[in-house]
Amino acid sequence: MNAAHALLNARLLDPATNTDIVGGILIKDGLILDWGTHIKADALPDGATQEDCHGKCLSPGLVDAHAYLCEPGKEHRETMETAGYAAAAGGITTINAFPATEPVIDDPSIVEVIARRARETCAVNICITGALSKGLEGKEMAELGLLSEAGVVAFSDGQKAIGDINLMRRSLAYSTMFNKPIIVHAEEPALVGSGVMTGGRTATSMGLKAIPSCAEAILVERDIRLIAMTGATWHAAHLSTLDALNSLRRAKDEQLNVTAGTAPHYHALNDLEVGEYRTFARVSPPLREEDDRRAVVAAIKDGTIDVISSQHLPQSADSKRLPFSQAKPGVVGLETMLPVSLRLYHNRDVGLMDLLRTMTVAPAKLLGLDCGKIEIGKPADLCLFDLDKPWQLDGTLLKSKSKNTAFDGHLLQGRVLKTFVSGTVVFEL
Amino acid sequence: MTHSEKTPFAHRHLLDIDRLSVADINLLLDTASGYVSKSRASDKKLSLLHGRTQINLFFENSTRTRTSFELAGMRLGADVINMSVGSSSVKKGETLIDTAMTLNAMHPDILVIRHGDSGVPHLLSQKIDCAVINAGDGSHEHPTQALLDALTIRNRKGRLEGLIVAICGDILHSRVARSNIALLNIMGARVRVVGPTTLVPSNAKALGVEVYHSMKEGLRDADIVMMLRLQTERMQGAFVPSVREYFKLFGLDKKKLEMAKPDALIMHPGPMNRGVEIDSEIADDITISAISEQVEMGVAVRMACLDLFTRGGAQ
Repeated sequence: MNAAHALLNARLLDPATNTDIVGGILIKDGLILDWGTHIKADALPDGATQEDCHGKCLSPGLVDAHAYLCEPGKEHRETMETAGYAAAAGGITTINAFPATEPVIDDPSIVEVIARRARETCAVNICITGALSKGLEGKEMAELGLLSEAGVVAFSDGQKAIGDINLMRRSLAYSTMFNKPIIVHAEEPALVGSGVMTGGRTATSMGLKAIPSCAEAILVERDIRLIAMTGATWHAAHLSTLDALNSLRRAKDEQLNVTAGTAPHYHALNDLEVGEYRTFARVSPPLREEDDRRAVVAAIKDGTIDVISSQHLPQSADSKRLPFSQAKPGVVGLETMLPVSLRLYHNRDVGLMDLLRTMTVAPAKLLGLDCGKIEIGKPADLCLFDLDKPWQLDGTLLKSKSKNTAFDGHLLQGRVLKTFVSGTVVFEL
Repeated sequence: MTHSEKTPFAHRHLLDIDRLSVADINLLLDTASGYVSKSRASDKKLSLLHGRTQINLFFENSTRTRTSFELAGMRLGADVINMSVGSSSVKKGETLIDTAMTLNAMHPDILVIRHGDSGVPHLLSQKIDCAVINAGDGSHEHPTQALLDALTIRNRKGRLEGLIVAICGDILHSRVARSNIALLNIMGARVRVVGPTTLVPSNAKALGVEVYHSMKEGLRDADIVMMLRLQTERMQGAFVPSVREYFKLFGLDKKKLEMAKPDALIMHPGPMNRGVEIDSEIADDITISAISEQVEMGVAVRMACLDLFTRGGAQ
């Protein structure tokens, strides 16, 4: 039996219990043995090792509700191993892997293969979201029941919205039998068409094909009516417009089972980022105009947005170094999710506890996971970070196999120092 | 006693179960019971409907129901004509009402009709002077199926009242389910429907049933497990993702059946999809499966219907 290990003199932040205290955490055999103000150097069990956290923040390991790991099938962009290193460097201890792999995760046998591969190669925990439609083609429902039995935590077609309203209606109805959420890409596909950036002044002056921002609200409104009929549990992966957020507010007022997420790039960046045709700022849905960005920040603040996820989508340089309209959308985000989101705290837009909630217990609750909190008897998945440390991001130093960050060269404040998964250090600055 | 001298029956048409009373249903079942032994005898023929004309008008393919009605009519001595759509003038563009008027001019005594649209027997009953028997209309009703199911249950369990009956599968599109729900409710049974959320109407409770989306829960302590056929076109992604998932979640196998009462009776209106809604092991076990008996009761029940509904009752 291993000796206990104590993390002492830390600012303990646990959003699940709204705890913000100075104290320590005692870890034994990978589990949290005890935690609180009473964990001090002079009151430790015999033989316990200890380390001083120097008053830095110690929170539950972050739970990333939305990431693409590219394995199997696109290992030149990312593998579960490299994604694991990147996640650990970002303080993330659990990743929800999306099904846009090759083959697509629409068969229970693939779930088992990925889960085993994740255990063998990935430094952090991986849970799996199964496909909502077969082959992510939006034509036929995937085997939600068998996927559910195989252990998926949610159903989603990833970056594809289901355009067929009857398929969506039946998928929502069918999913209620398994008590797992459907996570949607909220953009009406017919309006997205071959558009590459949000409709507005920037798109017009740049001569880029626009996606009207109402494409988001239209799909959200459509789904809300279907949710009211079917009683399904639904999560919008990334809301980015004021109108869609207002729709969601009304749905929440109606007590429907709806939640929403967003990604750091939607609260931190606007469509001006695309100036000079920067393909590294091409994402789906596209970066919005400033009014919408502000609406996202306000929605995080008032709780309309429940979850911030990385929406980590590795793309090789080849698929980004192209004319804007041909470049693939997506940014890597595992390593920058926390530091970029801490801008909201430093700008006094969102309180620290509320901000951390969107990356810990809120996504855990969405996915039905028993993590994202500091609790006795639970695995010691923890993130030690310096709230104030200023640094400049150098994209080339990212641990992710792909370096397509939208924040290259950005000045950030707040940095992960150490990450623990089941008490084991998986990252140290 | 000639046929027309018998006690008149209160109804002229068999359009749906709803308008039948407990007494009507009991009379139909009792009469059918009497015809069971006749059908088992070597001389099966009666002359009750001698000289009467029965037209079986089937707009949908059917083998067992049509054959059953045909045999029932023949055994009662009627002249039976089968009209199927393929060979009729309907294919040539004749409207339903025109077809009905043409048939009416031939003075039939009984019209047995099956049609893919709900409400067709009702429409025809307003245009035609003879007894109209609904042999299945769209997703609405299949009243003789419910009657033969009731007779089968009564034979095995001695009663209908108080039994827990779980109707499982595609409730949404099933006329068999609607007729059975109506009949079993009239007769005081406790009806449950069990099926995926995509195949059970969201307001099914309004039909007076308990709704379940899990076989384990829905079959708990059931006396009767009635399986419904899942149409092939509904298996591939639209309503359920696949056959294997459907069978795993809603197919009746030994394991799921353990939840029901030890002497639970298994029924199926046929034709069965083995490995889709029912495991062969169960379908072929005559101690628990009443599937063959249902077919036998079908002929007797249809004889009773032809008998009673031609007695010239009220409109």
